Amino acid sequence: MPVLYALLLELGIVLAVLSVLCALARRFGYSPVPLYLLAGLALGQGGVAPVPAAGLFVEIGASIGVVLLLLTLGLEFSVAEFSTSIRTHVPSAAVDFVLNAAPGAIVGWMLGLGWVGSMALAGVTWISSSGIIARLLGDLRRLGNRETPSVLSILVLEDVAMAAYLPLLGVLAAGGSWWHALLSVGVACGAVALAFAASHRHGARLIRFLDTADTEQFLLRLLGLTLIVAGAAELVEASAAVGAFLVGLILTGQVADRARQVIAPLRDLFAAAFFLTIGLTIDPRTLPPLLPIAFGLAVVTALTKVGTGWYAARRDGVGPRGRLRAGAVLIARGEFSIIIAGAVITSTDGIIGPLTTTYVIILAVVGPIVARLVDLIPHRAEPEHRAEGV
Amino acid sequence: MDVTEVLLPGVGVRYEFTTAEGNRIGIIVSRRGDVELVSYAADPDVGQPVFRLTTEEADTVAEILGAPRITERFADLSKEIPGLRAEDLPVAVGSPFVGRRLGDTRARTRTGASIVAIVRGDDVIASPGPDEVLHSGDNLVVIGTQEGIAGVNAILKG
Repeated sequence: MPVLYALLLELGIVLAVLSVLCALARRFGYSPVPLYLLAGLALGQGGVAPVPAAGLFVEIGASIGVVLLLLTLGLEFSVAEFSTSIRTHVPSAAVDFVLNAAPGAIVGWMLGLGWVGSMALAGVTWISSSGIIARLLGDLRRLGNRETPSVLSILVLEDVAMAAYLPLLGVLAAGGSWWHALLSVGVACGAVALAFAASHRHGARLIRFLDTADTEQFLLRLLGLTLIVAGAAELVEASAAVGAFLVGLILTGQVADRARQVIAPLRDLFAAAFFLTIGLTIDPRTLPPLLPIAFGLAVVTALTKVGTGWYAARRDGVGPRGRLRAGAVLIARGEFSIIIAGAVITSTDGIIGPLTTTYVIILAVVGPIVARLVDLIPHRAEPEHRAEGV
Repeated sequence: MDVTEVLLPGVGVRYEFTTAEGNRIGIIVSRRGDVELVSYAADPDVGQPVFRLTTEEADTVAEILGAPRITERFADLSKEIPGLRAEDLPVAVGSPFVGRRLGDTRARTRTGASIVAIVRGDDVIASPGPDEVLHSGDNLVVIGTQEGIAGVNAILKG
């Protein structure tokens, strides 16, 4: 079986390379996502070391990766957190959407990407990376800060908005009509509402079904349920990602805690496969001409995120320094921008993949750096604190 | 004492309160169970990290702060309900139940008194299950009637 040994060898080497990259990124306190993307670029067509045999596994792993990413995203929320966020931060979410989606949409339109492409690029620039930012807040020991709840609320509302945005984009990318797209958004929103209601009333029953003492059983049931729901959602064109997200939303409390624990390593593995695949599908030779656009877009949308954070933190009565911290920490884009680009990568003419990849690589690296640098700005900017300190 | 609860979506909960001395304290309990203590001394917006505890360390701190109160509360309880008493009974070195499970004593079935906690050195095992293994030197917190408690004592002595 010559194919098998090639697959094993290539896959093993790929995983070993990823492990080194991941260790490197974590060592410096950064997200490994940009490095995975770069690895994909290097290993794909036109890259330095193509791995054709491992491609099939990585491709299948990628679609499972999206499902698991969305499952954990759903697991992150409780209804209480969602309703608190909605009560206080709907205006911030609106500001966030308008300020950050607009640059993407405008650039998409100027590049001639069409409706679907512009909408996808709007999503790419809109969504901050909850993964990178939540981790960053912990690393920078900012969980005690007053601006932190507003930052996290924005992330929650963005992520929940994805549940409506993804199916809309999915249908439009598949060539569906507007009414078709709206219908599927309606279905998705209905399903989210139903999921919230169900988790409120009948969550206990589902949790009893899942909650076995045996970890293996628990994992098998959880994965089985998630993949069935995701597959069924894909079948009715509501997108597998949304299905997985719903399963995550319904699970709460201890089962959610346990699910997060057992899923985390699997998710990281398959998510790595996903980022790798996105890198693999892109020919690195298409990147250089797009660099100035990606860079410009990164600068503009970094500033608009700072504006968003400033506005949201001010609603919570945070001082200017805190507002700046909130804005700077929101700059990072990551996994969800890539998921959005991945959803349209086959149906658009090819700019969006490389553009998003470059954009995410820039902001996933620059975002955390800027968030750290904000702390170094001398106190002079705020005379009132100086007065207090004396 | 006024404790403000701030939800940190996706991360956990932050509890904030001001001490009698005027210090503003924040306790962040993350979902994974680890705990961070911060103080708002210099800037009300910035929580200065004081220390971070793992789940296990946080449990220990909670036990240290909470342990003396458990027996105290049982004592209060027996004052409130006439006829009901609480007592600490030692598991002596020669007891037939050293190294056996709590359930083996069948204390509640035989006497009607309940063993509500095991005090083992600095540890308190509150509401122990029947599988809890008894060690010599353990103190059992027993609640029941005078006769019931005497009965448990007799069982422990064998």
